[in-house]
Amino acid sequence: MGGQQRVYRQRIRSTQSLKKIFRAMELIAASRIGKARDRVTAAGPYSHAITRAISAVATHSKVDHPLTSERTDTDRVAVLVITADRGMAGAYSANVLRETERLTERLTKRGKTVVPYGLGRRAVGYFKFRKRELGGEWTGESDSPTFDTAKEVANELYRAFRAPVEEGGVSELRIVYTHFSSMVSQEPRVIRLLPLAVVEGVAEPGDDVEPLYEFEPGAEEVLDALLPRYIESRINACMLQAAASELANRQRAMNTAVSNAEDIIRQYTRLANSARQAEITQEISEIVSGADALGAS
Amino acid sequence: MADALTVDIVAPDHTVWSGTASRVIAPSVEGEIGLLANHEPVLSILKAGTVKVTSESGRQEFPVTGGFVSFDHNTITIVADSVVTDED
Repeated sequence: MGGQQRVYRQRIRSTQSLKKIFRAMELIAASRIGKARDRVTAAGPYSHAITRAISAVATHSKVDHPLTSERTDTDRVAVLVITADRGMAGAYSANVLRETERLTERLTKRGKTVVPYGLGRRAVGYFKFRKRELGGEWTGESDSPTFDTAKEVANELYRAFRAPVEEGGVSELRIVYTHFSSMVSQEPRVIRLLPLAVVEGVAEPGDDVEPLYEFEPGAEEVLDALLPRYIESRINACMLQAAASELANRQRAMNTAVSNAEDIIRQYTRLANSARQAEITQEISEIVSGADALGAS
Repeated sequence: MADALTVDIVAPDHTVWSGTASRVIAPSVEGEIGLLANHEPVLSILKAGTVKVTSESGRQEFPVTGGFVSFDHNTITIVADSVVTDED
C-alpha cells in the first residue's frame, strides 16, 4: 500500500473513533435533558408559592425591608455568571460570557464597578485568565445543579448585599444565565435580583375582596424569612434553566460534530479510493510497458 | 363537611403532596396551628416539626425542617425547606 493511501486510511480511522465519542456525548446529553427539564418544571410550584406569599406580604403590610430598597453607599454590582463546566456545548458558554461583557460595559458606563461571581468552570476560567477578581466561584455541577449549591450561592450573595462597604458590600445583584425556552431555542438573559423591584407573576390585587392576612409572628419576620428563600429559589431556577440549556446546546453541538465527522470520513474515503486506483493504474502501465519493451527486443 | 381544603405541599425541587383535606395541622413558630375550612387568611413561618394532613384517605404526616404556610380562600400552601418522605 502506498504512503498516500496509508495516510488517508489513518485519518479515516481516527475520525471514526472521534465520531463514536461525539455520538456517545450526544446520546448522554439527550438522555439527561429530559431529566433536567423535569427538574425545571418540578421547581415551579415552590417558587410560585414563595412569589405569591411575598406579594401577599408586600400588599398587606407596609414593611420596608433592606432587600427591597436601593443602596446608595456603594457602586459595586455583583454579577453572577452561570456557564457550563465543560466545553463541547457549542457557543453556550461563549454566548453567556459575551452577554456578561455587554452588561459589564453598560454598567461601567454608568459608573458602576462590576464584581463577577462565577458559576461553572468556564466562567471561572474566563475571568481568571483575564486576571479579574472573582467575588466567588462554584464549579463541578453545572449540568445537574443541586439545591444545596443554590443555597450556598444565595447565602454568599445575600451576605455580600448586606455587608458594609468596607467588607465588599454590593448595591445590586444581577444574574446572567441561559433561559431555556424550548429544545431549539435558548438565549442568554440578564435579570436583576436585588434589590427586589417588581415581584413577577403576581395577580393584581383589587378586584377580589382582599383577604386580610394574619402574619405569624409578624409581617416583618415573615418577610425576613421569605426573602432569602425567594432568592434561593430564583437562583435555583436560573441554575436549572441553565443546566437544561447546556444539555440542549451540547446535544446540538455533538449532533453537528457527528455529521461533520461523517462528511470528513466520506471525503477521505473518496481520496483514499482514488489514490488506490491511481496506484493500480500506474502498476498496470508499468507492467504493460515492461512487456512491450521485452516484446520489442 | 361542606368545605374541603385544597392542600399543596411543595419542597424546593418537587411537589410533595397535593389534594384535598379536611384539616391541616402545621408546626408554626408560635406553636401548632390547626387549619380548618374558612379559617382567616394567615401566613406563618414554620419550625421543624410535622405537618399533619387529615384527608378522606386518612391521616398523613410530613416531617419538615422549616418553611412557611400560607392559607387563603381555603387553599393551603405549605412551602417546606425540605421534606423527609418515606420513599427516601
